Parts: sequence; C-alpha cells; structure tokens
Amino acid sequence: MVNEMKLVKGSPAKILFALIMTTQVNLSYADVQAGATIAQKGTGSSAACMQCHGANGEGQAAAGFPRLAGQNKDYLVKQLNDFKAKLRKNPLMAPIANSLSTTQINDVADYYSSLPAWKAGSSPAQATSAPMSRGAQLAQQGDWDKGMPACFACHGVNGTGIPPHFPSIAGQNATYIANQLNAWKDGSRINDPEGLMKAVADKLSADDISAVSTYLANPK
Amino acid sequence: MNRFVNRLTKNGKFHPMWIVLAVVGVLIVASIVFIPARYEAAKEPAQKNFVAINKTPAVTNLPEPDAGQPDPKQLSVSTQPTHFTPPSESDMPKGEMGDMIKLGRNIFVHTQVYAKNLVGNGLNCVNCHLDAGRKADSAPLWAAYVSFPAYRSKNHKVNSFEDRLAGCFRFSMNGTPPAYNSKEMLALTSYSYWLATGAPTGKTLAGRGYPKLDNPPQPPDTQRGAKVFAQNCAICHGADGMGTKVNGQYAFPPLWGNDSYNAGAGMHKVKNAAAFIKANMPLGKGNSLSIQEAWDVAQFVDSHDRPPDPRTKK
Repeated sequence: MVNEMKLVKGSPAKILFALIMTTQVNLSYADVQAGATIAQKGTGSSAACMQCHGANGEGQAAAGFPRLAGQNKDYLVKQLNDFKAKLRKNPLMAPIANSLSTTQINDVADYYSSLPAWKAGSSPAQATSAPMSRGAQLAQQGDWDKGMPACFACHGVNGTGIPPHFPSIAGQNATYIANQLNAWKDGSRINDPEGLMKAVADKLSADDISAVSTYLANPK
Repeated sequence: MNRFVNRLTKNGKFHPMWIVLAVVGVLIVASIVFIPARYEAAKEPAQKNFVAINKTPAVTNLPEPDAGQPDPKQLSVSTQPTHFTPPSESDMPKGEMGDMIKLGRNIFVHTQVYAKNLVGNGLNCVNCHLDAGRKADSAPLWAAYVSFPAYRSKNHKVNSFEDRLAGCFRFSMNGTPPAYNSKEMLALTSYSYWLATGAPTGKTLAGRGYPKLDNPPQPPDTQRGAKVFAQNCAICHGADGMGTKVNGQYAFPPLWGNDSYNAGAGMHKVKNAAAFIKANMPLGKGNSLSIQEAWDVAQFVDSHDRPPDPRTKK
C-alpha cells in the first residue's frame, strides 16, 4: 500500500521497479498455470497426467498410481528426470517423461506441489501405552532390532516429507507404497539417494510391507 | 497511477516523462520475452548436474545390489538382540508413574517442544540416542541408568545419574541443566529407570555408549572426511552441515554452527563421534562406512566452529 501511494506521485525508477515486480509475480504464476495445462490436457505428444493421477492429483489407489498433490517440487522434478534418464524404470512414465522438456517438467512439478497435501495430524506422535499396529510401529518408531529406522525419521513428522530429498508418504496409496518397497527390495528401483531406501526395504518382510503401506495410506 | 497520467496530459505539452515511460514499456516487453528464456536456459545445466550427481550412487548400486550393506558377520552382531532389551512401549505403566515416564519420553524425543527453555541449540536428545534412547550402541538410557553413581574423569568426582543428565544439557544441548527436583529431571530419570527395568546394576551392559572403535589405518584426515561427508551425510545434514529444517524445527540435526553441540560435548571428541557414526550412520545403514571413513568424517565434522565449551569459553 505504501508503495502504491508513492507511485502516484511517481518517480520513473519506482514505476519501473513496481512494474517489473508485478511481471515477475505473473511469471511464477504462469509456471503453475502452464503446469496445470499439462496436467489437465497433456502436451500434444503426451497424455494428460490427470488421466492416471486423478483430477486433483490424488492418485488412483486401486491401480497404484501415486498421489502427486502437495508432493515437494524437487522430488517430482527428480523423478521425472530419472524416468527420462532410465534411472527409474516404468513403461508408462518413461515415454511421458521423455516427451517433456525441462521447462515442462518444472512447470508440472510446480503445479502438483502447489496443490493441497494430504491432511495429516499436525502435532508429532506422542508417547502412548496403547497397543500399536505393526504398520504404525514401523512408521513411527522403526524396528531397531532389525536395524530399521522409523519411516518418519526421514519422511518427516507424520510422513509429510522433508524437502528437497525426502518425499511425503502420508496419504499415499497402499498399492503404490508396497510396489515401491518391493521394487527397492528386488533391485528394480535404484534411484534412492545413498541407497537409503534399499537398506530399509531389504529388512522388511512381506507382512511388514503390507502393514506399513496400509498404515501410510491413512496414518493417524 | 491515473492521477499521474492525467497530470501529464492536462499539461498539453510534451513532457520528458513520456520518454521514460516509453523506455520502460519496451523494457517490460523485452523482460517478458527474454527473462523466462534466460531463466530456463540457466536452469537447464543445473538440472543436468542434478541428474548426474544422483546417477553415481545409483549406477554403483547396479552390479552389486548389496553394496554398502554390512557384511553378514557384522549384520548378525548388530541385529541380534544379544544385548539387554528394554520393556516395550505398550508395557508402560498406567497412572501417575506412567504419566511421568511418558513426559520423560516426550522430553527426550521432542526436546525442542517439551524442554525448549533448557536447550540452547537446535538438538533433541534423540539425535544422539537413537530410537528414543532404546537403541544399543547408541548410548541407550537403560545402560546409562544402571551405571551411576560413578566417578567421572570429566569432572573429577562421583556423579549421580542426574549429574550425568545435567552434563548432557550443559554440553550436548548447549543449555541449562534442569534443577534436580524439577519435573523435567524427574521425568527423564523416570523414563530411564523404566527403560532399565530388569537390568542388573553395577555391570557394564553390552551396547552401552558407542562401541569403541579401532584406530584407523591412517591418521584421520579432514580432506578425506569432507568427501565422505558429501557422499553419505550431506543429503540429510546439508552440504553446509547446518541440518534440514521443516516448519522452523530441525528435521535433521545441524552438526556444527550455533545450533549444534558445544565444544565441551562428548561428541566433540573425534573418537566418540567416529564411534557413533560407525555404528549408527547413515540412519538405517549403520556399519556401512569403513573404520577409516568413520574417523575421517568425524574429524571433518569436529573441525568446524561450534559454541564454546562453557567451562573454558573457548
């Protein structure tokens, strides 16, 4: 407001400054807008993201297509680049990622990270003597007798993610989580930094994977 | 803005301001066209580097899926619960004692929330005592609890368990120890006491402290340590060692600087840091670094500035 008042009286330098500021705000808005267009309509050479990832980026639980809404931007950019570089293998995503330019990857990641994240409890889990499900235990405390840290140790309070490297996993559908844990375990997914996920997945039994993925779909 | 334009036109004469406005207009059009292009061009190589950096560890994983994993012999040592096992969380007593134990656990895990006024840095107790003070080889509370009272060369006297906790607050937390009859002290002692349920006193329990590390083949080296740090630690602790924050709280702790442990802390001794790192870091990949790497990276971490030792103010 103060700036606007001064503008009226107007020194050219101030007008110039204000106009450039406005333009830049519009530019970052344009990134999200451009991303929204790719998400909803595709690029001409690739399908619209929403066909598989849902109208609002909520994913498709039954098919195991992951939730993208509210995911941190750096993580999304890295995954698309990894699909492109064949560091992450997926027959559906590879051709789509290949068709996207660096700008388009940034735009679409901007768009999905701008959407509302899954709503998790905001306060950290407190000490409780209530019996805990195996899934909740693995997510909140880990199982150190097997050398496993808690999921939330790296994926943040209640699994909401620690940007830039650690994605949000709260509210992610169980099929997707289980698929990824199995992929790390059998070596078909290898793009985790420092092999951190491989180290954990190797120690998870089939029952553990089922328990933790079910829990993460709706952590309380 | 309108008033400004009106003033110009009402004047009826050419005003030099028009030139300025025209130039500004051209600049804006140019900036709309060129700034995004330049921005994207600048982004391009950065993105390529990003992929390239991440390519290295992933590709080295390819031939040996188990690279970086502890060898089977070490695995059996570190994962078999040959050590004392503290009671499970679900066995926490009910009633007032249970509440005090729970408060202790909360202070221990969320120190920044439950004992903020006693802490002078960004750390939580659980940063060095993993798994809420339960994990063997990560200075577990159950082993410490049954080891006091004891004489300590650090302060040349017989210390109570409360004295030991106070030391953690003074040095590792760079803060103020809770008063000896305070709720915080009672809560932390209660939690430790409960974790030690059934543990023998006066015996050094397996898994106490950090496992003593053999001397490295070569003297610890900061330069080699910097490389180990960049490859294994920076992803969580930051390339600058300042940790990673989410919503103003450290999600990964800072390893040096104002928000880290002070120069009087046990972790400021390279041998302790090396022992902790070897057994416990990176999280979930304990014992994956070599003895040499653990010493080198500990030397690197402890070579940085941090708050002074309150005993000497150096």
